[in-house]
Amino acid sequence: MMKGVIIRYRFFLAMLILLGLLFAVNSALARRALEVTAFSVREMLLVIPPIFVLLGLLDVWVPRHTMVRFMGHGSGIKGVLLSVLIGSAAAGPLYGAFPVAAVFLKKGASFQNIFIFLGAWSTTKIPMFLFELEALGTPFALTRMAVNIPGIIIIAHVLGAFLNSHDRMEIVRRVETLTKEQSVERMTGARRQEIRR
Amino acid sequence: MTTVLYMITLAALGVSVFRDRKKTLMALKKAWKAFENIMPQFLGVLILTGIMIAVLNPRLISRIIGVESGWIGTIIAALVGALTLIPGFVAFPTASLLLQNGAGYMQIAAFVSALMMVGVVTFPVEISYFGRKATILRNLFAFVFTFIVAAIIAWVHA
Repeated sequence: MMKGVIIRYRFFLAMLILLGLLFAVNSALARRALEVTAFSVREMLLVIPPIFVLLGLLDVWVPRHTMVRFMGHGSGIKGVLLSVLIGSAAAGPLYGAFPVAAVFLKKGASFQNIFIFLGAWSTTKIPMFLFELEALGTPFALTRMAVNIPGIIIIAHVLGAFLNSHDRMEIVRRVETLTKEQSVERMTGARRQEIRR
Repeated sequence: MTTVLYMITLAALGVSVFRDRKKTLMALKKAWKAFENIMPQFLGVLILTGIMIAVLNPRLISRIIGVESGWIGTIIAALVGALTLIPGFVAFPTASLLLQNGAGYMQIAAFVSALMMVGVVTFPVEISYFGRKATILRNLFAFVFTFIVAAIIAWVHA
């Protein structure tokens, strides 16, 4: 039990030790690091809970076949558009996108669309775009947006091409472990077939 | 933006409770489980971010990607962007400040793009969801793409 906790928190513990070392070397810098961390923790606690609640609701209410129809294999341009739109409408830093992508994937969205979604979340977020317009000017923000949209779609396809069925299975396994709980539906044969394609 | 997110979440929760209490409880349980599973990684990443922002302050960054640094400056800018995790509402004003202080559009574009698309600091979180291979490839492609964006932005602003 104790060992499990230590393994789960090993990265966190390592970072705490690093912060401790920084305190020993330069306490002013460490204090500033602590301030920034406290600020990000507050941001995380503000943005992350609603995302996870929405995810829980999505998991419970949206049936698999709906997700497959809208974002799965053969969802075509509709799936691409939806992925870009949902990703762009997002709030919060990129690490908030991973659990969302995980649930989408579990529900039957295609890998391509998942990667498009991640790309959109990372760089075409609408709130950030408005911010960018103001800070860096219209030509800058518009050019970046115009290049980014085809860019993330191309990256998603190249990425998809690089992942073989073994890699895909591993990702699905990870996603299942991370979103696991008592009533988890085991991967069906149909899903396995889908991943192989 | 956060307010809108909360309003949507509360509305969805309300509808869900109204439709089916048990299912809603299950959704909340799932939400908590998913949150708890990734919590340790999140916390570690946030401390690492704090340390990085404290060490790499804007003054230091502006010195590195300053005037006339060309492609070398662009590469450095992209690396700084890839290695750090700065929230957008801090990053954009900072980028704007750097521009005013003589940094080039190409460097700033590389910095902003890499900052948003590449996350070396969030590797542990991304790997726990997508595995090592997909994570490394996604970040690598995004990093390369950053230079395409930088070149096009430089061309637009030329």
